[in-house]
Amino acid sequence: MAFPTTYQPSFSLQLLAAWRRFMHWLTSAHVILALLMLALMVYLILVPLYRMIETTLTYQEKDIHYVPEAVTGEFTWFHWTRMLTDEIAQVMTYAPLQHSLVISIGATLLALLIGSALAWMAVRTDMAGRNVINTLATVPYIMPSWTIAMAWTVLFKNRTSGGSPGIYEFLIGASPPDWLAYGPVPIIISSALHYYTFFFLFVSAALMSIDSNLEEAGELMGASRWRILRKITFPLIVPALLSGFIMTFSKVMGTFGGPNVLGIPVGYYTISTMIRADMGLGNYADGFVLAIVLILFAMTTVYANQKVVGTRKSYETIGGRGFVAQRTRLRKWKTVLTAGVIVFQLIVAILPLAILAFSTFMLIDGEYTPSNFTLHYWIGESTPTISNGVPGVLRNPDVYKGAWNSIALSLWTAFFAALLGVLLGYAIAKGRGTRLSKLVEQLAFIPYVIPGIAFGAVYISMFAKSVGPIPALYGTFALLVVVSVAKHLPYSARTGVSAMLQVGRELEEAGQVAGANAWERFRRIIFPLTSPGFISGFLMTFITTMRELSLIILLVTPSTQVLASMTIRYLENDDTQMANAVIIILVTLVLIGNWLISLFRGGSLKKGLGM
Amino acid sequence: MGTSILIKNLTKRFGNVVAVNQVSLTIQPGTFLTLLGPSGCGKTTLLRCIAGLEDPDAGEIYIGDKLVFSSAQGINLPAGQRNLGLVFQNYALWPHMTVFKNMTFALEIQKMPKPQMAQRVQESLAEVQMAGYDERYPREMSGGQQQRIALARMLAYRPKVFLMDEPLSNLDARLRIDMRAELKRLHHVSGATTVYVTHDQIEALTMSSDIAVMKEGVIQQMDTPDRIYRCPANLFVADFIGSPKVNLLEGRADGANSIDLGKFKLAANTRGATGHIVVAVRPEDIAVSPTAAPNAIEFKAYSVLPSGADSTIVAQREGLEVTVRVMGNSKIKMDDSIWLTFNADLLNLYDKASGNLIVSS
Repeated sequence: MAFPTTYQPSFSLQLLAAWRRFMHWLTSAHVILALLMLALMVYLILVPLYRMIETTLTYQEKDIHYVPEAVTGEFTWFHWTRMLTDEIAQVMTYAPLQHSLVISIGATLLALLIGSALAWMAVRTDMAGRNVINTLATVPYIMPSWTIAMAWTVLFKNRTSGGSPGIYEFLIGASPPDWLAYGPVPIIISSALHYYTFFFLFVSAALMSIDSNLEEAGELMGASRWRILRKITFPLIVPALLSGFIMTFSKVMGTFGGPNVLGIPVGYYTISTMIRADMGLGNYADGFVLAIVLILFAMTTVYANQKVVGTRKSYETIGGRGFVAQRTRLRKWKTVLTAGVIVFQLIVAILPLAILAFSTFMLIDGEYTPSNFTLHYWIGESTPTISNGVPGVLRNPDVYKGAWNSIALSLWTAFFAALLGVLLGYAIAKGRGTRLSKLVEQLAFIPYVIPGIAFGAVYISMFAKSVGPIPALYGTFALLVVVSVAKHLPYSARTGVSAMLQVGRELEEAGQVAGANAWERFRRIIFPLTSPGFISGFLMTFITTMRELSLIILLVTPSTQVLASMTIRYLENDDTQMANAVIIILVTLVLIGNWLISLFRGGSLKKGLGM
Repeated sequence: MGTSILIKNLTKRFGNVVAVNQVSLTIQPGTFLTLLGPSGCGKTTLLRCIAGLEDPDAGEIYIGDKLVFSSAQGINLPAGQRNLGLVFQNYALWPHMTVFKNMTFALEIQKMPKPQMAQRVQESLAEVQMAGYDERYPREMSGGQQQRIALARMLAYRPKVFLMDEPLSNLDARLRIDMRAELKRLHHVSGATTVYVTHDQIEALTMSSDIAVMKEGVIQQMDTPDRIYRCPANLFVADFIGSPKVNLLEGRADGANSIDLGKFKLAANTRGATGHIVVAVRPEDIAVSPTAAPNAIEFKAYSVLPSGADSTIVAQREGLEVTVRVMGNSKIKMDDSIWLTFNADLLNLYDKASGNLIVSS
């Protein structure tokens, strides 16, 4: 390079230098990757969101029935006024919204109570069988969220829905009251029993990380156990409680299974079930308005959480040495409490499955006598008089197709989620601190604040018909994969970034100095060192996708049914035993997946939650 | 052998922080240059700019006669094409590769034939006294052994320039002293131009042929270790180098050959300096006597700290505190009266306002 070194270079030289600098920036691997990821996320997240909002603001073909002068495609506030200010808004929007809030808050508080009490007992008391408690606490969350709801109906359903009696009525003789059989109370209880795992995991982790010196300092000053718990321990686990609260709240807000099973029979609609009803009627714009309302609520809670927890974050770094403080002695309560907790957990973990299994052996639903026993719903040939001639699940090609679809969907989703995790992790971690990296990270976070059912709705608007280069994916299996992968982006990004950050940047720089190009560095240094994290992420994605319902319920078609959506379809056709048999198959698959994870060292449920 | 390194007006910012500020530096072939300074002074950033791991904002870097970075021309050669080796603070040995694989990584990229590669590995391992360790994984070795392997990995591909980023700071005190001798020997044998970053002044003084003391992104003084110790260019360098610390005494000079320290006057070669000045005197340059002596000033022994080979005495007089270092085990007891003699020829005088050296010993 024989350029003269001058500090007043000519304009063309300056331009050349600027161009070279730009190319240097552009050709670094993580910048290329980040730009690619940016494009992907605009396509997978922003464009669908935009299309959804656009749909709510234009006349749809169907609107001609309500507004004679409507011109399809023209701008209008019609859907918003209809859903928010018309007479119909009370039924269509406000009542479901109120119901969603009631069950979300109720279920979250109940889950908080159960989860933190169990966590405290498992971590901070001398209770026996603490390992058993730890293991059992994760079981309800592993099962599909509406399992308990389905078992609840088998147990408590009454004649209100016009069907057969439940076990309760069969045993007691009296029909259970409506408030116990359907509506908010059972939805809250069944959701809380599913989601208490969040609180259990968060709170026990927080309790374990508190430096016991902090509590001992209080003890030396003469504070009582109760006072220490209230004044020192509790404030220290507040961030964990808030994280659990937000996660549970937004999950329940967007949950579809439980409200569908326990709410619909008595007309108790939540936002999520109402969205599905609107979609079923072809009133897409109405459903989208509700989806946007739901998204706004979820975003507000997450934002509020970050505001509150953000200022308290400093607590979380306290201690972390992981030694356990002196355990509270339960003394005479020890046996009773131990037994009580384990019985409770066994009931929550096992009883629902037992009830569901039991019901599949009853030829006529509601008659619990030995003469009614049958294996028909498992292995029976097609009989026109039973379930409209649907054969037993193990002879039913639809069920095999659904099982295969479930497995394929989970495998593909897990594969792409892991792949995107690698790419996002590299792009974000390598460019850490730059605006591009922050932008990619923030975009990847968006699906986190969009409840599952709303996210499914977003994708209907995007892929219902082909627009430009975007194909019409509606009705295809590929769409289910795309939506599952997109909804999983926040977890992919988080897994990816934390895996990448664990590999010190010196390890890559050493390769850089040795002359390796970006691909060589990735292939020989970064990938081998991060792959364990991605494999456990892959397995976790596999089982979470397997039992996902809210996200895909709006997008499945008869040919793309998965086991999760089949349970709902059989329920809606009043084939209760079929539905229950299918969910047992689903749970079995999930448990096998979970067992595989436990074989793979380092994979834990907590990691899979991305927390 | 060895390559020169030329740095012109190099600047590197991180947001609003200027980590390296207009640094210009010429490193002669075969030099062992140490960048020395407190944490956050920009020494590691400067090293990483030379290595090609940071993109500077302005300036030029030549390695040999090759321009590897120029902001004006938009040239920025990737690290791997600069023909240099870097030893990281935490060694950065790839944990999933054996020692052999770690060492052949760069050679494979250079497409070196296999037999030659194996020979290189053996040679380099022998150079750091680690022959026979080729099949170990990093975690199967102690910190000191990993350190040697990190060196061997660099030696294996024979770079023209050695860069070392606090390579000894993760070792325990005894190993560190052994490794100093090894590193200095390695440099002596290979003759490769070496840039070494440390915050440990003893490391810098014992190993380097030149030291550049840095503060807030600016080189304060670049000189031989002896000159850095004897004639610090400013108060920062004087204060940073030396343990126990240099005594800095504020006073006034009026042109005569004495300085008024307030409580007493000190004879000094002021060479006509006047005004507020700071006298810097090394603890070992002050003589101590248990009895009164001519021109000696009476102090009280505030604290006596023997450490075997020498003893440190903290002396006080009317609020003035002076640290003195004497050889051997001092017989002086705490609270004894002692008499200190300042040698006028061993004082450095600094301008109080600018902090710059005005009269050197």
